[in-house]
Amino acid sequence: MNIRTDIAHGANHMQPPLLDVQDLTVEFATRRGAVRAVEKVNLTLGRGETLGIVGESGSGKSVTSYTVMRILDRAGRIAEGTITFGGVDVGNASESTVRALRGREMSMIFQNPRAALNPIRKVGKQIEDVLIEHVQAQPSDAREKAIEVLKAVRIARPEERYHAYPFELSGGMCQRIVIALALACRPQLLIADEPTTGLDVTTQKAVMDLVVELARERNMATILITHDLGLAAAYCDRVMVMEKGKVVESATAEAIFRAPQHVYTRKLMRATPRPGIGLRDLLPEGTVPEAAPPMPAAMPAKTGEPLLVVENLVKEYPRQGSGGGFAKLFGRSADAEADAPFRAVDGISFEVARGESLGLVGESGCGKSTTSMMVMRLADPTSGRILFDGEDIGAMPARRFARSSFRPRIQLVFQDPTDSLNPRFTAARAIADPLMRMGTGLGGGALRARVEELAGLVGLPTQFLDRFPHQLSGGQKARVGIARAIALDPDLVVLDEPTAALDVSVQAVVLNLLQDLKVRLGMSYIFVSHDLEVVRMLCDRVIVMRAGRIVEEGRTAEVMAAPKADYTRELLSSIPHPPL
Amino acid sequence: MSLATATDAPPARDNLFSHARHIMAENPVTGIAFGLFALLVVAALIGPYVVPYDPLASDTAAALQPPSATHWFGTDQLGRDIFSRVVVASRLDMTIAVASVALVFVVGGFAGLAAGYFGGWTDQIVGRVSDTIMAFPLFVLAMGIVAAMGNTVTNIIIATAIINFPLYVRVARAEANIRREAGFVQAARLTGNSELRILLGQIAPNILPIMMVQVSLTMGYAILNAAGLSFIGLGVRPPTPEWGIMVAEGASFIISGEWWIAFFPGVTLMLAVFCFNLLGDGLRDLVDPQRRT
Repeated sequence: MNIRTDIAHGANHMQPPLLDVQDLTVEFATRRGAVRAVEKVNLTLGRGETLGIVGESGSGKSVTSYTVMRILDRAGRIAEGTITFGGVDVGNASESTVRALRGREMSMIFQNPRAALNPIRKVGKQIEDVLIEHVQAQPSDAREKAIEVLKAVRIARPEERYHAYPFELSGGMCQRIVIALALACRPQLLIADEPTTGLDVTTQKAVMDLVVELARERNMATILITHDLGLAAAYCDRVMVMEKGKVVESATAEAIFRAPQHVYTRKLMRATPRPGIGLRDLLPEGTVPEAAPPMPAAMPAKTGEPLLVVENLVKEYPRQGSGGGFAKLFGRSADAEADAPFRAVDGISFEVARGESLGLVGESGCGKSTTSMMVMRLADPTSGRILFDGEDIGAMPARRFARSSFRPRIQLVFQDPTDSLNPRFTAARAIADPLMRMGTGLGGGALRARVEELAGLVGLPTQFLDRFPHQLSGGQKARVGIARAIALDPDLVVLDEPTAALDVSVQAVVLNLLQDLKVRLGMSYIFVSHDLEVVRMLCDRVIVMRAGRIVEEGRTAEVMAAPKADYTRELLSSIPHPPL
Repeated sequence: MSLATATDAPPARDNLFSHARHIMAENPVTGIAFGLFALLVVAALIGPYVVPYDPLASDTAAALQPPSATHWFGTDQLGRDIFSRVVVASRLDMTIAVASVALVFVVGGFAGLAAGYFGGWTDQIVGRVSDTIMAFPLFVLAMGIVAAMGNTVTNIIIATAIINFPLYVRVARAEANIRREAGFVQAARLTGNSELRILLGQIAPNILPIMMVQVSLTMGYAILNAAGLSFIGLGVRPPTPEWGIMVAEGASFIISGEWWIAFFPGVTLMLAVFCFNLLGDGLRDLVDPQRRT
């Protein structure tokens, strides 16, 4: 499909666009012949314009931008089409010409800011390096200019941060440094490849506001590559939607949201969690299976003993470098506060009723994962009690818990479906693992039958069972992970951001699957997430955590509609909303 | 970066044979190495039954003959057929190499795994033991062990295993340490696996590919080590056919022009080591499921 993206701004009709990509086709040489990653993509971008490229994994959005920068890996090549950047034919230019363009004229920021920084060099020095390399500063005034650059990306106390190493800074701060590096030479084009994936919503907002503001200040063109339609719509002038290497729709952000033309765009929009909809609304129209029950109403609060009671739970970690041998040796007594251990979880209490799902929300470092690890009995609490079905399971050391009779009753669905599957085990072997270790001694045919039954429950076709994880898609791997977790009919399943690594359309299916399974098997969920919209749809109650403490707790609908704590309000307002 | 290959459906599992064929087609050097290896194995297995002459029978009338149609590799100072001796020697040399590598693979691999996975005291003990071994020049250490324990094939095997121990420990330890907190290890804990089972059932198979490279590299080194020990007169004793002894015996004849006595066993030794070094990459590709796309 060829959709020219000529909705340029008035001024751009006068001069040729900064970036002009025509009929771009990129091929990758693989074992099974050439694979087209990008097919006949056209795009134009003027100065000062922001273009969002939206698509799910495998849509070719990253490949398109890598091709513009000419940083494809060796297997990839431009099969067809032209790329013109500021009058230069990038597609056919020599490597030295392109090298001069990169960094000076066009820059890129990547998904993982920490990986993009040299871990053993002070961030200030790294900025100096770039400035000196591109003759923006002399060694004599480099330091001054580096601090100026830090100021420009709104880093508080820049003189102090100049001396910081990347590991001493938060993810958001590192991404700002990366932005500072990318913008140090005042490029005309900035390509941001998922710049905020992996950052908290509040940080995401700060980083994106900064990028847009700097782009406007410098009249810089920006390409924002993202899987998040809401984010693209909130920050871009125009949005281009890609599917399987092709551009399916390209229009202004408002137009795309008001009246999406293409089926795929509509499907993507439907799958994006947003206010005022239920889980079933995420699925594409007409695909809600008839067998699936209508959304079960919130579980009536069951009377009787709660399944899980957590009382005054605390997890402390010793502070690094404090009270160390050397400090003591030299008689330097660290002050009391620095000596106190760090409290990752600071005395929290909550309950989970039978058949209830509880959302645990907060930003990274708030202690939600530590809490779930302690409830899972993979980590030992410093103090406090974890009562499961009336029994204090917190008292048993985590090392011995693997053999406990409670082990099968509490299971976990991991955040990263790839990391949580052994690459040497087939899907069937992974699902069978808990059955073989703790099951009722099923063998051979019976075991296989149970594995196939579980695969059926999670909607994984049986022909996939004999594949290795790397031969499965993200959604299929997630299903294997869920099947493994429910294999032993647990009472409580902790879901640790189970959809964070998945595309929105896959997330929609997985969330619905989880909800159906919960009702069908009568499980309780603790759903750990940073995404309030997802929590709203799946959970009966929600706990908002910050710095190891609970700041708000209540029925999900009430908390979302009328948050009491300032922090909850801040979280809610940081979710990017499309301009509607 | 999202790879284009993710879009097309992955095929069902290839069988090992077609996979091996693909790997060799992709890298012909691997094919050559596998060919050489097969030749070595065949020589070791059936060599003694098919060689034209008795490797120990001396025939002073035919001493020091250059390579010819009757004696392909020539004869030595006692008139023994060098070709027969080279072929028969492959069994002994391969036995030493395979046995010592198998020994160190199991012992060193497990020690390294445990050190990397459990950390703490296990790590301290395993680490210090391998540091101690590394502190010696390895060949001298092997000489010392064989000299002290006695001049037998078993002791050569043990000595060769001991000097390779730190190499296996380090590789296994580093790899196990990375995977200690991996998601699938946590998942295995949740499904009630004991720590030992996680170590052997979950982590060990994942380390296999890189250990295979180590195996093939040390295999070449083990052959060289065994030959080196016999060259200086330790280990295997004459008249047993062994590449190192044969090179040692032939060395004194090179000056007088009888080059073939040392040359043919020397070349065979070189090719064997060469073959194992090349084999490493191919083996890794073969046992790594991620290559089976």
